[in-house]
Amino acid sequence: MHIVVTIKQVPDTSEVRIDPKTNTMIRGGVPSIINPDDRHAIEAAVRLKEQFGGRVSIVSMGPPQAIAALKEAISLGADDAVLMSDRGFAAADTLATSYVVWGAITKLNEEEPVDLVIAGKQAIDGDTGQVPPGVAMRLGWPQLTYVRNIQEVDPERRTIRVERLADGGIEVLEARLPAVVTVGREINEPRYASLPQLLRAARYQPRVWDRKDLGLDDQQIGLRGSPTIVAKVWAPQRRQRPPVVMIDASRDVDAAAAELLDHLVEDGVLDWAPAPVRAAD
Amino acid sequence: MSEHAPAAAEETVDFSDYRGVWVYIQQRDGVAGPAGWQLLGQAVGMAKQLDTEVGAVVVGHNVRHLAEEAIAYGADVVYLVDHPVLTKYRTQPYAEAVAEVCRRRKPEIVLFGSTNDGRDLAGAVATILKTGLTADGTMLSVEPETRILHASRPDFGGKLMSTILCKRHRPQMATCRPGVFEALPPDHSRKGRIEVEPFELAEDAITTKVIDFIPEEKHVDLASAKAIVAGGRGLGGPQGFELLQELADALGAAMGASRVAVNAGWVSYEHQVGQTGQTVRPKLYVAVGISGQIQHQVGMQDADVIVAINRDPNAPIFKMATYGIVGDLFEIVPALTRQAQALRARQQAGAAAPAATAPAAVGSNGTS
Repeated sequence: MHIVVTIKQVPDTSEVRIDPKTNTMIRGGVPSIINPDDRHAIEAAVRLKEQFGGRVSIVSMGPPQAIAALKEAISLGADDAVLMSDRGFAAADTLATSYVVWGAITKLNEEEPVDLVIAGKQAIDGDTGQVPPGVAMRLGWPQLTYVRNIQEVDPERRTIRVERLADGGIEVLEARLPAVVTVGREINEPRYASLPQLLRAARYQPRVWDRKDLGLDDQQIGLRGSPTIVAKVWAPQRRQRPPVVMIDASRDVDAAAAELLDHLVEDGVLDWAPAPVRAAD
Repeated sequence: MSEHAPAAAEETVDFSDYRGVWVYIQQRDGVAGPAGWQLLGQAVGMAKQLDTEVGAVVVGHNVRHLAEEAIAYGADVVYLVDHPVLTKYRTQPYAEAVAEVCRRRKPEIVLFGSTNDGRDLAGAVATILKTGLTADGTMLSVEPETRILHASRPDFGGKLMSTILCKRHRPQMATCRPGVFEALPPDHSRKGRIEVEPFELAEDAITTKVIDFIPEEKHVDLASAKAIVAGGRGLGGPQGFELLQELADALGAAMGASRVAVNAGWVSYEHQVGQTGQTVRPKLYVAVGISGQIQHQVGMQDADVIVAINRDPNAPIFKMATYGIVGDLFEIVPALTRQAQALRARQQAGAAAPAATAPAAVGSNGTS
């Protein structure tokens, strides 16, 4: 099987600080990581390779420093990796990004037919989850999003059966291969890199493809190919709230609990305990 | 270099044939989720500003009743695509159906709930139509002169908001977070049109089959809960959540949780409130053992009354709380459960006979 995993190098958003004057991200000192859901995608692909044999290829779009994320993916069990990097790709929204990813998968598919694409369900720096559906639609392959378990891959029948986290329950879906699957943390526990894999990753140099290598249309990449623009970035106004009313529970917790409930009844926030009707003064 | 090319965004394009603010009505087995009705409530105001119609898109099989329901919730016109291959949600046929109606009818704005199925669908539709899609909007407005949608969404865990525009393409599309916008009360006397849209697709042209559907045993509906009791790191383990469940039952509340508690495996993901979980707007939110990081705040900051119970008097949750109790939650939560049960008992007794004997703590100003 040839499995392609799409990954993104992202700033660790839990470490991101915002400059309150300019409302911009303070990039200095923020570590770059493989997007967390993408780690689960890599693990899912490597497990399928272990079961069926074959190859796991990583693709990622980003600046040259994203090579670090690709090398890390190699250490986690991937066989080869391609970085799509071109100044013309900058400022791409999800539509333009899916075009470049589509181009890379199409090229890999020509080298060796692709059976399955696995992606993280969304990236923590944008939380959109829109690129994999865009890629699937462009490839004309079925998309299986929010998959929590790959039940079965049948290379003979060319089918995949998955459990999908649908709204209101779990959907069991069967699709024809090749297909595009997106996964989150529910699907597996990613492994740590072994020493031989770390050594291989240290030596590994991913291929780098630009828009010419991919034969892409300049009108559909980067800013020019992006229908959406970020018009402004601003700090949200927090709702003005009165100062907190502290209730002392240090002496008698039951009295404190009763006092709190008294307030809640007064505020009318307990549907089963309506606020008392005040007598006219 | 192309990234510095003169902004093509300044070109003016004539979109005068694109009109209408549309909402996709997500349904399963003929039952619509709340997101569609909530977005119709928002669409009514925007359509009024643009002096245009509110449209609803209903896709499925035997779902005409949902078209009528959509009118009650504010749609002026419903585009109904009803076909046997659409009996169950599948991305490809649904995306083709929605895209085809958009091509034919030319809406200027199309909104979807940012549920799993809504995102799955919207991403595919926007790619077919080669238009802009904003993810997970929490604020929507329109500029009446330019007719441009301003869709704002939280970034970096809610530390910032970004306002996204789609100037040169139509329709302007967005997925929007459920629970943020409010549905109008349904008015079944409202009049609207139902347009039955032609659609043909052979089953064997569809590459995905639904083999089975296992409904969630107990659906946790935090988005529409009126009261929520939520627990975090301070609960220390699954036993803490058992304690919390007793309080939730006593208060008639749903149970929520912080990301820390969910990641630790103490409680399942559908309980998670916050940036990577659900956005809630209950009347009452009781945060127990939750420090109140910004990622959690963005999910619950619209609660009317917030109660914080925490050991650490400097926890950020106290800055946004209405009422705060500093102390050991393992003492406070059981006490609160006891008092709530007692209050409930008095309420029930009071319903039978006027509560002349109601303790001072409940009705100091005279209940009847």
